[in-house]
Amino acid sequence: MADLRELYQDVILEHSKAPRNYRELAVVDHKAEGYNPLCGDHFTVYLNLDGDSIRDISFQGSGCAISKASASMMTQILKGKSRADAEKLFEVFHKLVTTGQVNGDRAELGKLAVFSGVSEFPVRVKCATLAWHTLQAALEGKQDTVSTE
Amino acid sequence: MTTAAKIPSRESAAQRLHVVGTGFDVEKIRRDFPILSREIRGKKLVYLDNAATAQKPRAVIEAISRYYEQGNANVHRGVHFLSEHATGEHERARRRVQRFINAPHASEIIFVRGATEAINLVAQTYGRVQVRAGDEVLITAMEHHSNIVPWQILCEEKGAKLQVVPINDDGELLLDEFEKLLGPRTKIVAVSHVSNALGTVNPIGRIVEMAHRKNIPVLVDGAQAVPHMKVNVQALDCDFYAFSSHKMFGPIGIGVLFGKSALLEDMPPYQGGGDMISSVTFEKTVYNKLPFKFEAGTPNVAGAIALGAAIEYLNRLGMDNIAAYEHELLAYATEKISAIPGVRLIGTARERAGVLSFVIEGIHPHDVGTVLDQEGIAIRTGHHCAQPVMQRFGVPATARASFALYNTKDEVDVLAEGILKVQEVFA
Repeated sequence: MADLRELYQDVILEHSKAPRNYRELAVVDHKAEGYNPLCGDHFTVYLNLDGDSIRDISFQGSGCAISKASASMMTQILKGKSRADAEKLFEVFHKLVTTGQVNGDRAELGKLAVFSGVSEFPVRVKCATLAWHTLQAALEGKQDTVSTE
Repeated sequence: MTTAAKIPSRESAAQRLHVVGTGFDVEKIRRDFPILSREIRGKKLVYLDNAATAQKPRAVIEAISRYYEQGNANVHRGVHFLSEHATGEHERARRRVQRFINAPHASEIIFVRGATEAINLVAQTYGRVQVRAGDEVLITAMEHHSNIVPWQILCEEKGAKLQVVPINDDGELLLDEFEKLLGPRTKIVAVSHVSNALGTVNPIGRIVEMAHRKNIPVLVDGAQAVPHMKVNVQALDCDFYAFSSHKMFGPIGIGVLFGKSALLEDMPPYQGGGDMISSVTFEKTVYNKLPFKFEAGTPNVAGAIALGAAIEYLNRLGMDNIAAYEHELLAYATEKISAIPGVRLIGTARERAGVLSFVIEGIHPHDVGTVLDQEGIAIRTGHHCAQPVMQRFGVPATARASFALYNTKDEVDVLAEGILKVQEVFA
């Protein structure tokens, strides 16, 4: 059970049960859908941009505890951040969930550090990154559904 | 259990003892499957993903290595000893398959890669000739993607329409609707014998009867049926029957299409190449007789022979004994798992085989699968290549425990404890 607790940390379980920013924004200027056909996870990420920075961000959809908590915490940490910050953070987050490692400053990950346990469960990496891939598509203004396959 | 009469008379006394002396001795059977004794994450493996692929008995594994160590040669073309021997073994395997499903002729047994290829073969040969613009292909709402997509491709190409028989909340076909959908433009019916996502056993005999009354042929996807019950294609009177070796304890990479001779004779070849011809000039090629017309290229000889070994193994246990044992096991599992608060079964047909699909309130199936995996329990989570079924039941995915002849009530108990652990983690 030790490994499981690494994966399903309390913060993750809590976010999966009560996801933050779980709604459609009143003003949406970018949105994208993300789909993980393997498990049927399906999310929409909504963005309201102010020039180059994320004024507001939200999501809706269904998925496993990991994917939902990841989406929830992503929206929390990205509010007010710039596009470049978001891209950079995804890079660091991706490295964390695939290797368990962080280059340089772990602090910038903030609460996202709880996802380090995912690296021990390779099939769950797609769950943890689905919302981020969707965000990337939304920022790029892509219309198609992004897929983690 | 009165099993003596069901044992083929040519089996040795020792083999007979195996079944008759001890009833269905599942512990002894388990020892025939080397992988079942291994541990996963420090726990005893509880393999409940048999609908995805079944484990292999030693007899099958040894048949493969024996072929490559002692018998490897190409078939149907050599005059030397090994080639003749390999050809003989390959064709002997075909006759074993024929007897296993009680096909009238060995030439009606076509070796393919698996059930998927068998269905594609029919869609691309029979379908391309018979289905025209405005025609209809009739499938059901519980089909695996492999019995949807080949027909979709065909319909798109021909401007034909794919019609779908609906199912009820228990996951049973609505036969009245089926009958209504059998129209003057229906060119073929394609239906699964047993649903991989729900476990529903479809009344193939009645379905075939209804379709034949309107002269419509029926293809049966038997991939989930052959490991669990005796299949008799003459009694079912189906026109095509498709299945995979790997789900019935044989090797991966080989499967079977049974087709009635009259239909197969009229169908164009599926692929061109060696073995499927009787003579070739640049002006004209004469195709080989059945079944070779549909078997272009060097076949999977080791696979066929090992499938034959799997059939011999199943015959020794007796398909009726297997069906009776599994019936009791599935009933036990259904009662035990559905009694857990918060668990809901998806697929509650009166007739089911092999499959227990479920969801746990408030917990995504993927998380269920990960926690169970930590306990050494292998189940499948997801849409099971049957997304329309998931949509029908309004769930994104399910957790699916699927059983085989070597599973035990103890393993069901381990699964039940595992589910409680899942609920504990997500409490």
